[in-house]
Amino acid sequence: MTITVNRRPVEHVEGETVGDLLKRMKYSFPLVVVKIDGRVIAKSAFSSTPIEDGSSVDVIHLTSGG
Amino acid sequence: MALARAGVGRLVVVDFDNVEESNLNRQYYFLDQVGRPKLECLRENIERAVRGCQIDMVDMKLERGSMFRPFGDVDVVVEALDRASTKAAFIEEVMLRLPEKPIVAASGVAGIGASERIVYSRYGKLHLIEDPEARSSDDDVLLAPKVCLFAHYQANVVLEILLEVNG
Repeated sequence: MTITVNRRPVEHVEGETVGDLLKRMKYSFPLVVVKIDGRVIAKSAFSSTPIEDGSSVDVIHLTSGG
Repeated sequence: MALARAGVGRLVVVDFDNVEESNLNRQYYFLDQVGRPKLECLRENIERAVRGCQIDMVDMKLERGSMFRPFGDVDVVVEALDRASTKAAFIEEVMLRLPEKPIVAASGVAGIGASERIVYSRYGKLHLIEDPEARSSDDDVLLAPKVCLFAHYQANVVLEILLEVNG
């Protein structure tokens, strides 16, 4: 029962959503792009998208400036 | 400017802003252009530098739901936004709406020094040039050296993609 978050193994929690995972990982940074197994998850779907066991999650943090 | 100098034949540039004096510490404009539209000034500056680069100017403010539209027929999308909230929304929207389109983005361009922290990460079609330890520009300075390092790193990745070296 393991998922991968930013290439590190993390315990899988049944029924956990993207939003829950971000909280559990203490990713409080407001500006992120999330991909699960290469698929982009819209921010509006964070609280309704469950994370399946074995998923590979990328949480890409973005800092402003340019 | 780097892409035009490198011989890229067509640029689609999207902006709605005028040149401000506060841009001149990092962006490719001149004192006598302050107050004028950035699109017009950028075209003028590129045309003074090189021949043969077609510049399509799109005067629009990027807003959720329509920001991917100008980029339907380009080979590569370059994210060059300043506010991080727009940046995240733009990247998300381009990847969702134009899933086959490579996008080259930058994160963490504020500050001085720490050039060696800049890394290139690839997440599928997203090519991200980032300083993972940089603070937000909201509490740090934006200056030409680091901003241009990122911009030119982005341009270099764009060339690789265009030439399908790293496609």
